[in-house]
Amino acid sequence: MIRNIGARVIDGVWRLGFASRFLFLLLRYSGQSFLRLHLTLREIYFSGVLSLLIILVSGLFVGLVLGLQGYETLQRYGSSEALGVLVALSLTRELGPVVAGLLFASRAGSAVTAEIGLMKTTEQLKAMDMMAVNPIARVAAPRFWGGVISMPLLAALFSAMGILGGWLIGVAFIGVDDGAFWSQMQAAVDIRYDIVNGVIKSFVFGVAVSLIAVFEGYDCEPTAEGVSRAITRTVVSSALAILALDFVLTSFMFRG
Amino acid sequence: MAHREEKALVDLRQVHFAYGKREILSGIDLTVHRGQLVAIMGGSGCGKTTLLRLIGGQLKASAGSVTVDGQDMGQLGTEALYALRRRMGMLFQFGALFTDMSVFENVAFPLREHTDLPESMLRDLVLMKLQAVGLLGGHALMPSELSGGMARRVALARAIALDPMLIMYDEPFAGLDPISLGVVGQLIRRLNDALGAASIMVTHDVVESLSIVDYVYFVSDGRIVAKGTPDEIRESKDEFVHQFVHAEPDGPVPFHMKAAPIGELLMGEGGQ
Amino acid sequence: MSRSTIDLWVGLFVLMGGAALLFLALKVGNLSAASFTESYTIEARFANIGGLKVRAPVKVAGVVVGRVADIRYDNERFEAVVSMAVESRYEFPRDTIGAILTSGLLGEQYVGLEPGGDERMLKAGDVLKITQSAVVLEKLIGQFLFNKAAEAPQP
Ligand SMILES: Nc1ncnc2c1ncn2[C@@H]1O[C@H](COP(=O)(O)OP(=O)(O)OP(=O)(O)O)[C@@H](O)[C@H]1O
Ligand SMILES: [Mg+2]
Repeated sequence: MIRNIGARVIDGVWRLGFASRFLFLLLRYSGQSFLRLHLTLREIYFSGVLSLLIILVSGLFVGLVLGLQGYETLQRYGSSEALGVLVALSLTRELGPVVAGLLFASRAGSAVTAEIGLMKTTEQLKAMDMMAVNPIARVAAPRFWGGVISMPLLAALFSAMGILGGWLIGVAFIGVDDGAFWSQMQAAVDIRYDIVNGVIKSFVFGVAVSLIAVFEGYDCEPTAEGVSRAITRTVVSSALAILALDFVLTSFMFRG
Repeated sequence: MAHREEKALVDLRQVHFAYGKREILSGIDLTVHRGQLVAIMGGSGCGKTTLLRLIGGQLKASAGSVTVDGQDMGQLGTEALYALRRRMGMLFQFGALFTDMSVFENVAFPLREHTDLPESMLRDLVLMKLQAVGLLGGHALMPSELSGGMARRVALARAIALDPMLIMYDEPFAGLDPISLGVVGQLIRRLNDALGAASIMVTHDVVESLSIVDYVYFVSDGRIVAKGTPDEIRESKDEFVHQFVHAEPDGPVPFHMKAAPIGELLMGEGGQ
Repeated sequence: MSRSTIDLWVGLFVLMGGAALLFLALKVGNLSAASFTESYTIEARFANIGGLKVRAPVKVAGVVVGRVADIRYDNERFEAVVSMAVESRYEFPRDTIGAILTSGLLGEQYVGLEPGGDERMLKAGDVLKITQSAVVLEKLIGQFLFNKAAEAPQP
């Protein structure tokens, strides 16, 4: 039992070390992803464009719910005009980056892991290596950067969509004053403090999720079962990483 | 054969290799010269693919030396290794085609990665290679739309796309009908001669390979147990060779992986 | 999917993402709100800042002209030092008074500036001469009771 735990800890440390080395190699061989931009564009298409629908729809629904619940609570204190503030701040600071990150991990991250894992299982990575093409540069790096670039855009779209959803419920359906909704929001939301920090968060989440996805694919055991385990691990570790990083970042950013 | 020893393109000396604790190769000596087409034969699981991986530098020998074109594969850094591999081609045992690219793009891949050829010339080159393996008509297909035999012919076209100096084929004949088998055999021979390259072929097809190769190595139990030119092999009195060439079930080549006798295992299961 | 259609989609995606960011910056965050405009710093010393926080607004005549950039405690003079980033387009006389006020009865605290009549204007790094500390409710009530108690036995 204790030996079992010990072995797992050692295995974990070993993987962490490998992941760090992998990140180092990834960054070192990233040049190609930008010199041959179409490689990265392709990955932005797969992880960004194909995630658009789920991000937009979820953003809208989260905004609608925030609008309803927020109004419910605020009108008890007679300050329903503050609905805009509540919706905008919750989305730009927390919900936008976090929920978009979670969706991104399960939609795009898992797909990346599956793809790379399958390439490993069918020896495509070895064949590439044998053709003097570095698989980290050719396969892993473009997927990593595609995710890193897509994630902040997706989070911004999520937040924007959510605010529109909040507006739809609050202003168009319930009848909160349109002018108050926007002006209070604008007075309370600070660009550097709220919006830029939110974008930084989504960028960090993008790096974390993309790294996990690419690494798990690369590190998976080359069997069908190994690939499926790697996909599960991608989704689970991404979610944990997002929530933990969110806590750390929030405590640094929004202390004042 | 009148090849001088120092000119050898591939030279393995006392190569040992183990996966973990399990020793697969224990003291292999093997030499391939330019212009030569060499066949490696041996029972399933005896380490032939492993041997090719060692020559390609994807695995490192635990003892002994693997030398390709005068360079020790164990000592090379990534850059030098890649420079050398650009002049090698390898046909993987299971094809290993890139599943997200069409047949055309698969063959074009090494050319796109390593040359700056204009698109029109690249197209001509790729179509020529596909013509050579008889799949010109299938250039627009995706790998998932190919049969097993077609896939390995595409992989073969990809392996020779850069006209390498050393070509390794891991079972090029598996899954081919007798006609394509003959064509591919001739292709491998002609290619080797036209390029002045050296080729190493892992195969189980004794008849076909004896008609085209220059030299044959037999591997068993981690060692070279027999070697010779096709004529020597046919005449050979060696019981190992005899068994292999005439496909006899009993002899020094074990059909079974090492294990306790089956009776004992079955008894053991039953007894519990 | 051919390469050019992918390019088109990615282009659209980046445009949409950019538009969303712009929407957040302009419509939600109101870009003109002081964050990126040029500013200069002035300081003020208070005996008590109450619940003032960094980033609280600095207002003149009810208009936001800047934000509180930093709050320190001066251990030699036992005072709080508040630095404020004021937008460069606003200038105030040197005898301007700084006060810590509260918006509404229980609202957030902010720094209110009351411009004086001096000809010369405040420059970056200047310190306000006259300040008025935060009103602390408990103290006020305590004082009131004390006064009442002191008044009572006299007549
Ligand atoms: N990645 C690996 N890890 C551990 N053992 C391995 C690995 N790959 C192969 N082996 C073992 O090494 C031995 C040789 O494998 P190899 O693939 O070289 O055989 P082979 O001669 O190519 O067989 P075949 O003719 O069936 O392709 C096998 O017994 C196999 O069990
Ligand atoms: Mg094999």
